[in-house]
Amino acid sequence: MNRKVFTAIAALALSTGTSAQELKIGFLAPMTGIFAQIGKDMENGFQMYLDEQKGNFAGAKVTFIVEDEEGKPPVGVRKAEKLARQDNVQMLVGGLLASTGYAIAPVSTRLKTVYVLSIAAADDLTQRDLKEYPYIVRTSWSSSQPHHPLGKWACENGYKRVVTVGADYAFGHEVAGGFQKAFEDCGGRVIQKIWPPLGTKDFGPYIPTIKRDADAVFTVMVGPMALQFPKQMQEAGIKTPLIGGGTSYDEFVLPSMGDEVLGHVSALQYSAALDTPKNREFVRKYREKYGKVPSYYSESNYTTAQMIHEVMKQTKGRWPGPEKFIAAMTQLKLEAVRGPVRFDDMRNPIQNIYIKKVEKKRMFGYEKDELWNTVIQTYPDVSQFWTYGKDAFLKQPVYSRDFPPCKYCN
Amino acid sequence: MNRIAILLGVLGIVALLAPFAGPFVILLLAHILVLGIVAMSVDLLLGYTGLPSLGQAAYLGVGAYLTAILATKFGVGLGWDFWLVIALGMAAGAATAAFFGLFAIRASGVYFLMITLALGMCVWGLAYRWNSLTGGDNGINMRGRPSFAGMRLADDLTFFYLVLAFFIASFFALHLLVSSPFGKSLVGIRERELRMRILGYNTWLHKYIAFVIAGAFGGLAGVLWAHLNGIVSPSDVLLPASVDVLLMVVLGGPGTLAGGLIGAGVVVFLRDYLATVVPWWQYVLGTVYVLTILYMPSGIMGLFKGGKA
Repeated sequence: MNRKVFTAIAALALSTGTSAQELKIGFLAPMTGIFAQIGKDMENGFQMYLDEQKGNFAGAKVTFIVEDEEGKPPVGVRKAEKLARQDNVQMLVGGLLASTGYAIAPVSTRLKTVYVLSIAAADDLTQRDLKEYPYIVRTSWSSSQPHHPLGKWACENGYKRVVTVGADYAFGHEVAGGFQKAFEDCGGRVIQKIWPPLGTKDFGPYIPTIKRDADAVFTVMVGPMALQFPKQMQEAGIKTPLIGGGTSYDEFVLPSMGDEVLGHVSALQYSAALDTPKNREFVRKYREKYGKVPSYYSESNYTTAQMIHEVMKQTKGRWPGPEKFIAAMTQLKLEAVRGPVRFDDMRNPIQNIYIKKVEKKRMFGYEKDELWNTVIQTYPDVSQFWTYGKDAFLKQPVYSRDFPPCKYCN
Repeated sequence: MNRIAILLGVLGIVALLAPFAGPFVILLLAHILVLGIVAMSVDLLLGYTGLPSLGQAAYLGVGAYLTAILATKFGVGLGWDFWLVIALGMAAGAATAAFFGLFAIRASGVYFLMITLALGMCVWGLAYRWNSLTGGDNGINMRGRPSFAGMRLADDLTFFYLVLAFFIASFFALHLLVSSPFGKSLVGIRERELRMRILGYNTWLHKYIAFVIAGAFGGLAGVLWAHLNGIVSPSDVLLPASVDVLLMVVLGGPGTLAGGLIGAGVVVFLRDYLATVVPWWQYVLGTVYVLTILYMPSGIMGLFKGGKA
């Protein structure tokens, strides 16, 4: 009995002795439900970087704990509490849906735990609500960030009248809103806005209502919706060109798509077809390991792990505490897989935005013809405020179903 | 009476041990108790009246959204007026049930199941689409729990004791109800409604009142639920939430009240605790459901032969 107690105490003493050189990361991603595969992409990205570093960030042994947030905000909160309070993680990473991001951010404030938003794109987290969340930093994108440039691109490439079809929730509103704002500021007109619910499987009721005199249809699709819409548009015989928000054509859905999406244009901070040595290497390694092309979900989490590593290098593997960690992280300037990344003073990345066109071709020496998001134009160093300037941008309300108002509808 | 003593004994032991439990375990215990209240309200319908409700999350949702909206938009309910919100939450749950009951009580069996499902989804639709009020898909983030009379509910242990008190109060209220002549008439309706009608009972009214009371307790649980999670989201109101509660009752044993708590305990433990330990928790939960239905038709409570309620 005594010996048992002694060993227990010894083990305890040892574990506290080394804890300074341990980094516990709690990772939240959906592992069950309709978003489970996206969650897998997220985890794979992070895990791949960890494996490359053999689980060691500058001397700190990384403990990586994955929890299933089921794509439901209250579950995300519960699991975040578990990670922070039972596992005592130093930081939370992940959260897929914008709504989950909005839900976990207050937990990070309450429990004084770092929360790295590696996917959740809800605009206001790094905009109007930022002051409430001192322990968050975003490594991915804000919903409207890539779609301001896309709006400008669409306008400059001859589209004058556009109909938007977007999933009816905050993310959809923000993506479509960003597009509309930049598009109309450059002289284009959004003539109709349609909002099918998130997860719509049949667009039959919506497609006939799309105005036929539009030059293009702008879509915000998420997950399985993205597959269905272009197919049904083709079946309905509508030839209006399609352009889309980043998630309408990301590499998560692209391999499941057919020729109906050829020529469709979208925008995001990453494309698997980005022809740089860094990305070529990343795609090759990722594909070898997981048997599929990396999506932005994977790249973003890979890069997030890399950023955390960079901070730990500065502190020589010691956990600097949440305030110093956030400060160090936002000072990083990084050559990431997606291109150069730095942070603005509201802790959102400034990065390249790629306008991409779906093409069928061979890339990186792979043998088969496949669909790739070929980059056709790069807008360098795009911030979440686009060209509007921080103060002017923050004066307007967050993009919603009714903002910007549809001036040219009817 | 014996079973009540056991239940109180178990709750007492849990209350004594709670200060020594980890913070996450306390949160889970509070979850179990709040879901236990909802499960008891479903049990009143399913176990005593024979009405399988598949929309109980709607009343939880009404109570929760009311709490969140009052707290974030009007600053109401963060001090002594917390008790006012409790009353309002129960009233809102009851009022919603009173309205839905007009449609639902006409049906029975599978049709009742379908109607309550549809009505529950109406509440979900409102929560999801009425952006200006409910925050849509984002839901509503609360800014901290109430504090009054030197009690800070932000402390999870304090909050747990409050939830425990509400659970015990709800249990006794519902226990009184089902032991009363009114409760006996509900059991009569469950066993054979036609005979009750011939005996001169207005069975529609009895069922309607039971439905409204169940709604009130759903609303009460909703108020606690909102403060427990610190967020109210449409997924709280979604169909799976209602299904879960119904399964908890079936698992624990319908017609026992306490069974709901046991069912809630098993489900929450398996889903939220086991899930953090092993990735195949869903198989365990599924197996438990199947085995219960195959071998324990009267639920886990059926193992303790305490006679019929």
